[in-house]
Amino acid sequence: MAFQGDRMQRRTFLKSAGVAGILAAGRAPAFAQGTKLHIVRWVDFIPEADVELKRQAPEASKALGAEVTFEFINANDLQPRITAAIQSGSGADIIQMLWNWPQLYANALVDVSDVAEPIGKAQGGYYDVFNASAKVGGKWLAVPHGCGGNAVAYRRSWFNEIGVKEFPKTWDEYREVGKKLKAKGKPVGQALGHSFGDPPVFAYAFLWDFGGAEVDASGKKVAINSKGTLESVKFLQTFWKDACDEGGLAWDDTNNNRAFHAGEIGATLNGASIYIVAKRQKDKIKDEKGEPLYQDIEHAALMPKGPAGQFALYLPFQHSVMKYSKNQKLAKDFLKWLHQDANYGKWFEVNEGYSVGAAKKWEDHPMWAKVDKPLQVFRQAARLTRAFGHPGPASAKATESYTKYVIVDMYAKAVQGMKAEDAVKWAEGELKKIYEA
Amino acid sequence: MKNPIAGGAGGAARVEVALPHPRTAQRRAFERLLENERLLAFALLSPTVVLLGAFIAYPFVMGVWFSLSSISVGNPGEFVGLKNFIKAWNDSIFRTAFWNTTFYTFWATIFKLALGMWLALLLNRHFRGKRLVRASMLLPFIIPTVLSTFAWRWMFDPTFSVLNWTLYKSGFIVTKLPFLSNGEWALWCAIVVNTWRGMPFFAITLLAGLQTINTDLHEAASLDGANGWKRFWHVTWPLLKPVTVVVVVFSIIQTFSDFQLIYVLTGGGPANSTHLLATYAYQIGVAAGLLGEGAAISLFMLPVLFIVVWIQLRYLRRLEGA
Repeated sequence: MAFQGDRMQRRTFLKSAGVAGILAAGRAPAFAQGTKLHIVRWVDFIPEADVELKRQAPEASKALGAEVTFEFINANDLQPRITAAIQSGSGADIIQMLWNWPQLYANALVDVSDVAEPIGKAQGGYYDVFNASAKVGGKWLAVPHGCGGNAVAYRRSWFNEIGVKEFPKTWDEYREVGKKLKAKGKPVGQALGHSFGDPPVFAYAFLWDFGGAEVDASGKKVAINSKGTLESVKFLQTFWKDACDEGGLAWDDTNNNRAFHAGEIGATLNGASIYIVAKRQKDKIKDEKGEPLYQDIEHAALMPKGPAGQFALYLPFQHSVMKYSKNQKLAKDFLKWLHQDANYGKWFEVNEGYSVGAAKKWEDHPMWAKVDKPLQVFRQAARLTRAFGHPGPASAKATESYTKYVIVDMYAKAVQGMKAEDAVKWAEGELKKIYEA
Repeated sequence: MKNPIAGGAGGAARVEVALPHPRTAQRRAFERLLENERLLAFALLSPTVVLLGAFIAYPFVMGVWFSLSSISVGNPGEFVGLKNFIKAWNDSIFRTAFWNTTFYTFWATIFKLALGMWLALLLNRHFRGKRLVRASMLLPFIIPTVLSTFAWRWMFDPTFSVLNWTLYKSGFIVTKLPFLSNGEWALWCAIVVNTWRGMPFFAITLLAGLQTINTDLHEAASLDGANGWKRFWHVTWPLLKPVTVVVVVFSIIQTFSDFQLIYVLTGGGPANSTHLLATYAYQIGVAAGLLGEGAAISLFMLPVLFIVVWIQLRYLRRLEGA
């Protein structure tokens, strides 16, 4: 599983991935002239990642003998696009799937086990989260592509100013730190609105930290009304008031990036994009002393520890081949091509840790030796994450609950003044309609 | 040739006659068809019928069918009767969305009517640059809603709001106003944006109505000693009522089914406090993939709008009959 100077292993991978024949023949396979392969993905939070894929498109076209085109759309528009494509039976050949969407669209996706299995095997095995997100009934309905880790980005100098040398270990300690930060006008920033990423990433992990869960292990019985959940809601009510920017109730996934870069907040849970963008735009994004802001950013790998432990919800990415596609073979060949070390590696490096690999091999990539220390925390991020519906299966019902923002809104209602018990009861009622009806 | 063609009276000498040119015959046949009123009406109406059928009737029928089935994305589902409607009615988020939609429509329509009327009365006066003002007033209506709502979202931004900044710098506030981060504030903000966007439609339509009112009536009322308010209440308003009812009907339909504004401004948050029926139907139907349930939620709008429109149109008929 080495990356450099190991031709044999690379060849082994290529063989197992089934593209060796293409390379051995020295020419592209015979797809009908003018065949086009259309891939839809989100607009990445790391713009250079999209640039790299666009750069690779002509190379893929040459290798596969068909025109490969990428289309990048807003992440919140992916689901409308998928729905329209499936219902009309036409659209992109490959669509990026976030979270556990393959569970939701299972009937419309091609079994890509013949692509995913060899890639996973050759790359040291996929992280467990992909079994939950991309495997349905024992079949891979999507090829795992990467995982967007999260960490708490915070301002080292501001923490030092209030006498904090390292990131707090427990939620109680974090509340005390947050109080001091808020007193300085630099509160903790946390999105708690209706948006696909940051609000659920926070809310689910926070719930688990306190021992709460949506359902039991069977995934059929709602278990939200528990001591752990209630404690978490009560804690957040005080944490929100004492330590947070209360405007977070209206934030989407971009607000905390902007607020952090503008020096309005002292800490926030986010992907690596805050650091990476600050570094790549160091001439524009500066701290109050006029120095590049990225130099003052530190990352804590996980949110603080709660009574039940320290957990995370990270964003798995995968690609699905659509059943309506007339180019299914080509689509599979493209995914094999995309996951070749040489091609995937370039995209992986550009990400600098924002998207980590879907398989464990990528933890050993030489990039990790080169990236800055604050980005090192993302190296094993994908090992830590749970999926929606935990401890039950990450089913379509878990997606429905996520889509309705039931967990996010339970907290949002409570921090707006609803009694903690009532907020939990409200969530229980909503979840019962989803899981037990 | 079995049929005599023309001429040749008395069967005397054979006369050669020119047969009508086939094209001319076709043209005549076509003209005869056009002279048939029924056929002409059918020909003229058919493009409209096809368009209405394809883009209104078909989606509507499909929507009704979806709402009665368990269809989800990629799964055709089966007939489930009223199950989706019952599920929606028992859903607290649906009830919140229903209440929000009613509240939003009621207040936005009141504000649009009041401010639109006021603007129309102002614009009905003579002043320099009148045409320019009238044209520019339409801007909120012309700009794509998504674009203008993004601008409003920036103005209400919890962190970078220019409104908060201005109020703070002017000394009016000491802490930020929670425009979009407080549920009640957020719904009122949405009403403000909807009013801003929809007011020009009211103003222009009412202005057109105002211009049809004979100025002699106002002069006569003035001579009888009526002041401005009395002239408005006893002359302008009664004559403007039919136009007003029509504008209000249109506005209620548009506002009740509003989607873009909320989708961009708040996404239905915080904690569903700004969800409308359309945004919630979208969330369930598209994001959760439950097309049947989403269709049922959106179809709840139909009876409400039908009743409102029926009452108003009845009122309009009574006005016309009076």
